Amino acid sequence: MIELLTILVLSVFVGVEVISKVSSTLHTPLMSGANAIHGVILLGAILVTGSTDDPVFVGLGTLAIVLATVNMVGGFVVTDRMLQMFSRKRPRPDAKARP
Amino acid sequence: MAAPTWVQLAYLLCAVGFILALKGLSGPRTARAGNLVGAAAATVACLLPFLYLDLDNVLLIVGAIVVGTVLGVVGARQVQMTQMPQMVALFNGVGGGAAALVALVELEEFLAVADLDVLGWDTWAITAFTVVVGTVSFSGSVVTFAKLQELMTSRPVVFPGLPVAAVAVVVLALAGSVWLTLGGQSLWLGFVLALLGLALGVLLVLPVGGADVPIVISLLNAFTGLCVAGSGWLLGNTVLLVGGTLVGASGTFLTLLMANGMGRSVPGILFGALKGGSTLGSTAVSDRPVRSGSAEDVAITLAYADRVIVVPGYGLAVAQAQHTLRELVDVLAERGVRVDYAIHPVAGRMPGHMNVLLAEAQVPYDQLREMDRINGDFPTADVVLVVGANDVVNPAARTEKSSPIYGMPILDADKAKQTVFLKRSMRPGFAGIENELLFQPGTMLLFGDARESLTDVLAGVKKL
Repeated sequence: MIELLTILVLSVFVGVEVISKVSSTLHTPLMSGANAIHGVILLGAILVTGSTDDPVFVGLGTLAIVLATVNMVGGFVVTDRMLQMFSRKRPRPDAKARP
Repeated sequence: MAAPTWVQLAYLLCAVGFILALKGLSGPRTARAGNLVGAAAATVACLLPFLYLDLDNVLLIVGAIVVGTVLGVVGARQVQMTQMPQMVALFNGVGGGAAALVALVELEEFLAVADLDVLGWDTWAITAFTVVVGTVSFSGSVVTFAKLQELMTSRPVVFPGLPVAAVAVVVLALAGSVWLTLGGQSLWLGFVLALLGLALGVLLVLPVGGADVPIVISLLNAFTGLCVAGSGWLLGNTVLLVGGTLVGASGTFLTLLMANGMGRSVPGILFGALKGGSTLGSTAVSDRPVRSGSAEDVAITLAYADRVIVVPGYGLAVAQAQHTLRELVDVLAERGVRVDYAIHPVAGRMPGHMNVLLAEAQVPYDQLREMDRINGDFPTADVVLVVGANDVVNPAARTEKSSPIYGMPILDADKAKQTVFLKRSMRPGFAGIENELLFQPGTMLLFGDARESLTDVLAGVKKL
């Protein structure tokens, strides 16, 4: 229990420290990226579903896997889409604006 | 059961990957790489159980992952950039729901252990915590999604019994959690806690006004992080514990940062409307006289200025006018006008949202100036062009103590020689308060849809 607590407390400090200097420009992608990271609950969903036999709980576990995968995969893809736009080069002045 | 050493090392590596991912995401140049590192770490972490465990239900698990991947990818690819906040809310909600379900399945497995005394009190307490907070995050996110997607009103929803109901649900959830911890371990109690959590999430988010919803999304994001950390504790898994805690801690920090940027306090946002509070505002339309101009007037004002500062707001994004705006700025720049975009920290529907929207329209990054860096430039600007924004340039935030936005840092548009507002109507902004700047002699208003107005102004400038 103490080991887990140690990891927990240290992670809190790391979590605050790594993002403490973020500019507001990146708040949206950062929120979206952090959101995707907690999609790793998929790992937990796989672990519990893989070790239960009761059909009701296999069902709940499977539902958890679907939800967690949506969170994780969707989260990373959407964050990448956002960040991709930041890295785009300046278009030619005559480039046609999309509607 | 303890995992083999190499697996534990691999998990540790994934946990480090998450730290690097967050670190990368907080810098503009490293953000994309950071996101990819995070994705790789998460993928590896989820593959590991297949390698060292003899899992049951493997086909089902793989099938569920395929379904989830398809749903996630399709959703993420189709969503419009203006709808990004609600997409994040939705992804966050399903994550919270997944964490709560994992805790319920864990509860069943714990109860199947013959000798319950083997498990410490912390196991039960954290199970209760994860179930309640995960379901709060799920239902709360669904309500925020509905508000932002305008499936329901974005105004605060308050009914007479709401505070009482919310307090009652909190008390019941706490009592249930204590009971589960102290010996009342049973499955049905777990399900009752889940239902209480669902109810609490709805009651918590209903009274929050539309403008404050992004902060709630960020808060619920932190909640889900904590739930994932809870699952990590229950499963004795480092990746889940570190990943979840990182998101929980950084999410809480980010929430406070955003709230400061808007001059709001988090408790004020959550409970303000309950007290008959400040987020309500009015939707009354003022009948005070204003100076409105034609698109040609605006075109002349802009074209013969030396220095123009554009203040974009959510109205711009709603009208999908960011591409037309960029075109207008390009044409002005060709005429020798110096143009910058002034980006308020909370422009758009959540902090940083406007940067994403303008980046989508291929506005170069170096034209986007953050509030602190551009506020000193306003006195030297000939014209400030405010497109679909209102509260972020409202001087009442500086002077009027009674105003709900008092204390919010604003863009000093009132210090420029002239201000041009492109607005749909005289309706007040999201905060529901009148903007004195609209009635100043140096202010001109052009009414109409932002895209149509900008198209007309653009045509006007081209003719000159």
